[in-house]
Amino acid sequence: MNSNKISIQNVDLFYGTFQALKSINMDIPENQVTAFIGPSGCGKSTLLKCLNRMNDLVEGCKITGEILLDDKSINQMDVNLLRKQVGMVFQKPNPFPMSVYDNIAFGPRTHGIRSRVMLDEIVEKSLRDAAIWDEVKDRLNKSALGLSGGQQQRLCIARALAVHPEVLLMDEPTSALDPISTSKIEELCTQLKKEYTIVIVTHNMQQAARISDRTAFFLLGEAVEYTDTEKMFSMPTDKRTEDYITGRFG
Amino acid sequence: MKQFRESAMRLVFFIAALTSILAVLLICVFLFANGIPAMSKVGFFDFILGENWAPQDVPPSFGILPMILGSVYITAGALIIGVPIGILTAVFLAKYCPQRAHRILKPAVDLLAGIPSVVYGFFGLVVLVPFVRDNFGGDGSSILTASILLGIMILPTIVSVSESAIRAVPQEYYENAVALGATHERAVFRVVLPAAKSGVFASVVLGVGRAIGEAMAVIMVAGNQARMPAGLLKGIRTLTTNIVTEMGYAADLHREVLIATGVVLFVFILIINISFSLIKRRQK
Amino acid sequence: MRKQKQLATPIYGKQSFLEKLISYKKKPGSLIMAILVMLATAFTLFIILYILGYILAKGIPYITPSLFSWEYNSENVSLMPALITTIEMTVLSLVIAVPLGIFTAIYLVEYAKSGNRLVKLIRLTTETLSGIPSIIYGLFGMLFFVTYLKWKYSLLAGGLTLSIMILPLIMRTTEEALLAVPASYREASFGLGAGRLRTVFRVVLPSAIPGILAGVILAIGRIVGETAALIYTAGTVAQVPPTLLSSGRTLAVHMYLLSSEGLNTNQAYATAVVLLILVVLINGLSSLVSRKLSKGKQV
Repeated sequence: MNSNKISIQNVDLFYGTFQALKSINMDIPENQVTAFIGPSGCGKSTLLKCLNRMNDLVEGCKITGEILLDDKSINQMDVNLLRKQVGMVFQKPNPFPMSVYDNIAFGPRTHGIRSRVMLDEIVEKSLRDAAIWDEVKDRLNKSALGLSGGQQQRLCIARALAVHPEVLLMDEPTSALDPISTSKIEELCTQLKKEYTIVIVTHNMQQAARISDRTAFFLLGEAVEYTDTEKMFSMPTDKRTEDYITGRFG
Repeated sequence: MKQFRESAMRLVFFIAALTSILAVLLICVFLFANGIPAMSKVGFFDFILGENWAPQDVPPSFGILPMILGSVYITAGALIIGVPIGILTAVFLAKYCPQRAHRILKPAVDLLAGIPSVVYGFFGLVVLVPFVRDNFGGDGSSILTASILLGIMILPTIVSVSESAIRAVPQEYYENAVALGATHERAVFRVVLPAAKSGVFASVVLGVGRAIGEAMAVIMVAGNQARMPAGLLKGIRTLTTNIVTEMGYAADLHREVLIATGVVLFVFILIINISFSLIKRRQK
Repeated sequence: MRKQKQLATPIYGKQSFLEKLISYKKKPGSLIMAILVMLATAFTLFIILYILGYILAKGIPYITPSLFSWEYNSENVSLMPALITTIEMTVLSLVIAVPLGIFTAIYLVEYAKSGNRLVKLIRLTTETLSGIPSIIYGLFGMLFFVTYLKWKYSLLAGGLTLSIMILPLIMRTTEEALLAVPASYREASFGLGAGRLRTVFRVVLPSAIPGILAGVILAIGRIVGETAALIYTAGTVAQVPPTLLSSGRTLAVHMYLLSSEGLNTNQAYATAVVLLILVVLINGLSSLVSRKLSKGKQV
């Protein structure tokens, strides 16, 4: 069960001459929630974006090293298929300016599913999995922009699930949300890990402690410590980790 | 003293601000006062729907349906040519173009917008007319030629307005689509472009305004025969060119009818302007 | 140590050209759209280069000293009177439209309360003005200035017609420039006890000058290229108008007449070259000014 889904080997990342990640080595286990924590600008989001090659979009960004998904180098894969396998939920909820239904169906349609029956099924299942079906089932054809922030974010999760990814990357998914929506999404994460491998970047240490199985602490582009969440928050080995989680900086 | 100067200048600014209102009022009053009587003399429906324009006949007939259709046809033709090319070019400038190329292409498009209509007309006359004559037949001055030329002339409007509309779409839409495994093209054409649609539509409306109001370029390539449209390769006259060709020698009722032609054009333009500002309001 | 590792391991980054091709193979729809985008852009670029190249190649050989003689006659087909008339026409229109446009913008931005009904009406009318095609301006100029005010075809009638035409352009660009001036400038000036008028002329206007200038340059471009609004207002006499109430033709009108007469096509090419050069200069100047403007903002 707990084999490694993703293996990050010796990854360095440069924006121009600035080195944002310094020799990262990390194995991310399957069907678990892995959290990346650390102060702003520590590289945690940057590393997350490496996992589905979103950094390809950044001008002047250069990455060296190797990232394996199921023992295959992601650099050798078709980037569109990679992103189908590795879904992503962004910090700000960003539904497309179309109906709820079309938002969810966008991904499956992208990957060639045209049958209305199949799409209906996928839309319903994804919305149910993202625990938002009951709230939107009567307004599938209304614009997604009319939903509340928390609903929008769960819609985005549903949209990401609709392409049947194996890994779900979440980039501070709750930082723009109210506490109630936040707890809904946290609950959702623990549900989803049965089927998906989840990597979540968070600013909020309590959140990491609540939902993750493994936690990595980043500082200035380095992965300082990476271990079981419980161990990390009870007895960190590195002094810097201890300083951070006891709130001495950041 | 200081107080006086303040309020005097305030008055000056206020009066200046009224000039645009005054100008619109004057334009309306003078156009309508000179044009509407002619419409009633000819008979409104005989004027708008009359298929025959023969001001020199006895008795003369003043039907401007051929010109109305002429304007509509070549505007439609210009849109068929200019809109797809314009929007695709805008997509290139906003979503494909490396910044270095943008620094050259953008001023080039602006330059296209700055070229005077006479130069376009002249270019049409010496290049497009022979081109159409040799490749498609007819005498070259035709609906097709005018449509191509106007299609080129509305390109810069469509490109620059659409480009800024596309650029105004949040980058997150694009990133989200790509993160779902969409190709660059799919993200751009299925998510970004639809999100920019009201701005893109506004660019098209502006293009319509420019095409329907253009006179000098059309006059040089459209043939200017005052008859019902007879085919893509046959000449035609528009509302604008009707005014320019005949105003020089028209007198009395003929002259008034030409002004009435201007009134019809003016009403068309007002409708376009209103729909443009409605779109813009909805955008906000 | 790290450097060696970089060399030894594959470099991630942008999709390589080959990789793009392979992924397009699986997505023919995307490939087609990409090709269409490239074709459309190539067409636009081709048109620009073709128009410029063709006119320049055909026209430059006919730019001769006689084309620039002081007097026009059917022998030399000189464009000099038209060039001078163009300059006069430009100056005349700007003298009227620039103060009016700037004052209107000052009223809207610095004096009027926003949401005021009059302000809405002014905005509506300027929007209307900016959408009116030049032939309508020409008709109006003919009816009002030429006939009603009995100015005949004249420089003055043409200039006033054009000044109404460019008014919305000047007004809008000035308004944008004024709005871009930080409110703190005004507050600072008021705080020093300056009145509104002094604040506007000493503080706000000077910092808005580049924006206003860019608008004025654009307006010059429109005046230089205008034909339809001038034929029946300023007339077509090929002379430098001796008085404000005499007729004269600008370069664009001159070129229209040359090409429609069909007798002096070569000179029409040459005139087109002069017009194009003017337009290129005007465009270059305006982008230079607006680049200065955006640099100023960054500081």
